Amino acid sequence: MTVLSLQGVGHAYLGRTVLDRIALDLSAAEIVALVGPSGCGKSTLVHIAAGLLEPTHGRIRRDYRRHGVVFQEPRLLPWATARENIAFPLRLAGVGSGERRRRAEAAAMRVALAPEDLEKYPVALSGGMRQRTAIARGLVVDPDFVYFDEPFTALDVALKRRMQDLVIDAARRERFAALFVTHDLSEAVRLAHRILVLDADGLGIEGERSVPGAPGERSDTQVFHVVQGFLSEDPLFRRIHDVDERRVA
Amino acid sequence: MLALPTSGLGDRIGRTARFLWSGWAGIAGLSLLATVWQLGHEAYGDFILPAPLATFAAVLSLLESTDTWSTAFETTRRAVKGFVMAGSVGVLIGVAAGYSAAMQRLAGPILTVVLGVPPIAWIVLAMIWFGSSDGTVMTTVVIATSPIVLVAAMEGVATRDRGLDDMAKAFGAGPIRRCLAVGMRQVGAHLFPALSIALGTAFKVAVMAELLANVGGVGGALARARAHLDVATALAWILLAVAALILIDHGVLRPLRSEAERWRDAARPWGVRR
Repeated sequence: MTVLSLQGVGHAYLGRTVLDRIALDLSAAEIVALVGPSGCGKSTLVHIAAGLLEPTHGRIRRDYRRHGVVFQEPRLLPWATARENIAFPLRLAGVGSGERRRRAEAAAMRVALAPEDLEKYPVALSGGMRQRTAIARGLVVDPDFVYFDEPFTALDVALKRRMQDLVIDAARRERFAALFVTHDLSEAVRLAHRILVLDADGLGIEGERSVPGAPGERSDTQVFHVVQGFLSEDPLFRRIHDVDERRVA
Repeated sequence: MLALPTSGLGDRIGRTARFLWSGWAGIAGLSLLATVWQLGHEAYGDFILPAPLATFAAVLSLLESTDTWSTAFETTRRAVKGFVMAGSVGVLIGVAAGYSAAMQRLAGPILTVVLGVPPIAWIVLAMIWFGSSDGTVMTTVVIATSPIVLVAAMEGVATRDRGLDDMAKAFGAGPIRRCLAVGMRQVGAHLFPALSIALGTAFKVAVMAELLANVGGVGGALARARAHLDVATALAWILLAVAALILIDHGVLRPLRSEAERWRDAARPWGVRR
């Protein structure tokens, strides 16, 4: 069953085309990684899919019930404690305070946030804790679809791995579908069922590859070999590490 | 790192105690001022600058009469009423202007003009329009203070973290919810300091307008003291007006602010809390 479908989606900032002819489909409980060189419009695409931006043209169909979003930066409300931040989507949805508290705590548990940290304000939390809080906030609404917009780019290697494991576990347990933007190919190979490569100029999806095995069941050696294979033999991933910092995502 | 106080009530008591304790620092600063004042008194004599203690005695004797209380209350009422009106108008227009780029551009030159005209000029105009009445004082206060609040509110909205707006939108918040739940909290950081300044300005302008328009209040009392060349009474009235300002600033505005900005405390290491 297709839960998200984009047809011929394009976007232009002030007349400059940043995305064009984008078509993609995601099935239920499927994790799809979207990779591409820096500045090719990955974030824009995810923002369009999540409804944060209106595309200039194209059609979007969302057949899921609820989505959660995890951004590149944690984007926590500085004046609210970790608990209130996690419960923020519930507050917007008008959930009562007792229920909010219970569900925020459950979501915090899922990302291994200690109960004593829930009373802290974001300034008092470490970078990893903040991103955990942001993930918990994304999952608190029990979404059946989650958008991840390069959520772990700013974290160090060890922390990144922990966070990836958190996402893999949560996705397996709760069976949500996810569109995961990253420019780290090994992250994509670890997490996803399928990898889409966005054209370097944002002009369409260049191609896709499915990753052998299921997320969470691939060993580090397997991940390494798949990544090496993609990078050395597969022409699709030729420009993946091109960097052009003059362009904005 | 030390654990932060977490329980709601204990936390609140702690913050209140800290707030009260900070009064000592205030008294220390004021004592320093009184020292300089005393030095000035010793250099220039009783007529030019009465001693601080003599002035306090004058304040105390003034406070014995109920007239003083009603006079001080009159000025406070005018200043606070004008401040509340200016605050509401300033916040409403400022927030709207912050969200609308067109309005912001239009407001810019108007604000420059309004802020550039000295309050004294407004008093003259208001006296012609309203005569010697409450209206003169309030108009002047509103015109003098609303731009301060307006600019701060506008700046607060314009410099808000748009990432948080997007986040709220991603979780289904409409524009009004976004403004109330995410925007207004960020405006606070700019708004509260401006409100303190606006309140101070409101008192200053109210006293000045009262003096010039001859409509009683502390300004009227000052005018009388000047006519009698009574420096001690004049100083006593100034002290009273300042006391009323401090009472409202520290009794209402600051507690509100520290309540809204509790999270900033968490960022401060121990020992430097205010």
